[in-house]
Amino acid sequence: MADSAPATADKLPKVLAAEKGMVNVQIDGTWIQVPRGTRMIEACKQAEQEVPHYCYHTKLSSPGNCRMCLVQMGMPSRPAPGHHISFGDDGFQKIGWMPRPVISCANTVAENMGIRTSGALVEECRNGVMEFLLINHPLDCPICDQAGECSLQEFSVDHGRGSSRFEEVKVKKPKNVEIGPRIRLDDERCIMCSRCIRFMDEVVDDPVLGFIDRGTHTKLTVHPGRQLDSNYSLNTVDICPVGALTSNDFRFQMRVWFLKETKSIDVNCGTGCNTVIWTRGNEVFRITPRENNDVNSCWIPDSHRLNFHYLHAETRLDAPMIRKGQNHENADWFDAIAKAAEGLKGHQRGEVAIIGSGRQTNEELYLLKRLAETLETDLLTLVPRFEESDGRLVSADRNPNTNGAKLLWATDDPYAKLDAIREGVSGRKIKAIVVFYEDLLGAAAFKATDLEKLELLVSNHLLPNGTAKASHVVMPGAGFAEKRGSMVNITGRLQRLNQAILPPEGVMDDWEIIRDLVAALDHNEPARHLIEDVFTEIVDDVEELEELTLSKIGDLGIQVTETGETIPLIETERGEIVG
Amino acid sequence: MAVIKLKRPKLSWYEHLYLPAIIKGLLITFKHAVISVFGKATGSKELASSGLGVTMQYPEQKWDEHLPEYYRGIPALVTDEQGRERCVSCQLCEFICPPKAITIAPGELKSDDEWAKVEKAPKAFDIDMIRCIYCGMCEEVCPEQAIFLRQDYAMTGTTRAEMVNDKDRLYQLGGVREGLINKWNEVK
Ligand code: SF4
Ligand code: SF4
Ligand code: SF4
Ligand code: SF4
Ligand code: FES
Repeated sequence: MADSAPATADKLPKVLAAEKGMVNVQIDGTWIQVPRGTRMIEACKQAEQEVPHYCYHTKLSSPGNCRMCLVQMGMPSRPAPGHHISFGDDGFQKIGWMPRPVISCANTVAENMGIRTSGALVEECRNGVMEFLLINHPLDCPICDQAGECSLQEFSVDHGRGSSRFEEVKVKKPKNVEIGPRIRLDDERCIMCSRCIRFMDEVVDDPVLGFIDRGTHTKLTVHPGRQLDSNYSLNTVDICPVGALTSNDFRFQMRVWFLKETKSIDVNCGTGCNTVIWTRGNEVFRITPRENNDVNSCWIPDSHRLNFHYLHAETRLDAPMIRKGQNHENADWFDAIAKAAEGLKGHQRGEVAIIGSGRQTNEELYLLKRLAETLETDLLTLVPRFEESDGRLVSADRNPNTNGAKLLWATDDPYAKLDAIREGVSGRKIKAIVVFYEDLLGAAAFKATDLEKLELLVSNHLLPNGTAKASHVVMPGAGFAEKRGSMVNITGRLQRLNQAILPPEGVMDDWEIIRDLVAALDHNEPARHLIEDVFTEIVDDVEELEELTLSKIGDLGIQVTETGETIPLIETERGEIVG
Repeated sequence: MAVIKLKRPKLSWYEHLYLPAIIKGLLITFKHAVISVFGKATGSKELASSGLGVTMQYPEQKWDEHLPEYYRGIPALVTDEQGRERCVSCQLCEFICPPKAITIAPGELKSDDEWAKVEKAPKAFDIDMIRCIYCGMCEEVCPEQAIFLRQDYAMTGTTRAEMVNDKDRLYQLGGVREGLINKWNEVK
């Protein structure tokens, strides 16, 4: 900076900008610098001027077919023969405004360009576009799921007419069509923005959508013999600016204006897509993706976003249970913890194993390590869950927090001990197991007959399963939307889960259960009242997390280590931008 | 802002006495008392008074025929002359209701329903009449002309639960209302 300062005074603004690969643009009277090649609409966004738009989406190509983003543009006029280019006092050339508007989504900025996002011309254009869009629009708002988050509604307020001048009968189109297993299409509401078509083509590489017919009869439809059944299909519902595409799962469940938004992350695989959890009262209604250009761009797989209904299952465990003979009886927390602690104390070291889950948060995994240390056992493991990656967002590791365990337990393979424990149990060497969040008969592949050999099985679950049935003490746990905490995704990014709803009455947060169990075994444990207390201990313990707190993690997470792994979809996206 | 200073009016010695004004007031009261004893009070005819002024002996005597068209009584749901339940569970009334008296569980119409094209109807619709303040906002906001404040005003119950009108009760109270706009009738 300092060395170039003396020269600055004589250089024109365009030279200064060009040195940084930027250009100067005047937006509504204010000059700003934006990178060369920026779309005009993005430049306006940087200048905090909203340009209404429908078809443009940051992550997709710009077909320029809705015409809502029209703005007035100007460039310096070309000097007449014999004249020289002249610069004003501010170092800029005089802008010659064009008499007709241009679309701001498909044009890029240029040096000394002027953009007007308001004014009579622009307003009139927007009003005209709105009137055309509404000519055949059904105005289904009372029964339309998009109402409350519909761009057509929003821009109607600013640019629509109070009443229609259109006296003819509106064009009828197919309504309520099942175009895929999870999606319903209402063609009358479609405004032909083609975002969904481009998404399926450009991001998912499965071009199943397209327009048929012409003029006012244009309709969106799926290719003959095909269905919109990709595992990313529900993203089209998110990007559809109107209520033409609606999700079967969320349809008619609740009006969006009643829903509270909580930023959190997805826990179905190692990617940890950033999400928003939409709740009303103590119920989750839907989960949508949240933009994070280092993790999930703007998308999330359907299978992951829909995997929350189990939180509201009838069969959710809601009280600790102690086995009496063949049956379980409800107990209170104090007794259940005391019973578990007493059972654990009665065993030699080497006879006790602890099985955690890669679906647990860092805080819980840290406390599990404390539990292992208190019990002086090194039999501490997670249950691996490796499947195929889908080449986009779903990673091969279906545990969301494998890397958290690696950091906290200071090991390269947190799964290493599982086989030894399984054999130890079947050979009756291991007599007591504490298991969190995992069904041992599921991914951990224990045999039911082996579990019966155990003298003590303490487990924590959300729903009843084989392990709970075989357990001596069962402690109900909290689901991903019901807890706070942090996880580290496959690329080594520390991200935060936030509590969107409360766990069912009678259920403690999982970290509190482990905390109480550790405290019951060792009275010298420090008091931990808040999850922040646990995080502080972790920070002291793990070098990579130095100086962090839960709140410092922020909504987009922080890269804490390099694992060398990447997220294919993000790599593709970056490749496209560079190329 | 300009400041205007007001002066208290100066009272004459006669006004300072106060007593004449009090007597004047008493005389007016007395005059009205006499008029109402003879059943001549303003409005006593139209309001079917029990003979003493406009006072009515409720509940033996009721004012029901005199309720104005715009009277705001118990809110209720209506069906139209085609027997269609008009509410589409858009939940706008639930949103606008100041004391949060309304609770709606939205639902989808079955595909073989006569009005399947309307797609939506409430699964459950409760109005808690302990909360309702008879403000009429629900009627005003409804885009489907489905909820109206009725002329009924007397609602009693011995438990809180009894004071909650459920969907069946609301349709029973609301009955059929004719002459509304039937926007769903066009070919769709
Ligand atoms: S798409 Fe928007 S404007 Fe159209 S019916 Fe739905 S909410 Fe209303
Ligand atoms: S369905 Fe929605 S996203 Fe697709 S073209 Fe129509 S309006 Fe656009
Ligand atoms: S009248 Fe007012 S208080 Fe009563 S239900 Fe309607 S909106 Fe709510
Ligand atoms: S506003 Fe009207 S249509 Fe909407 S839920 Fe209330 S009563 Fe039903
Ligand atoms: S957003 Fe520019 S034309 Fe649609």
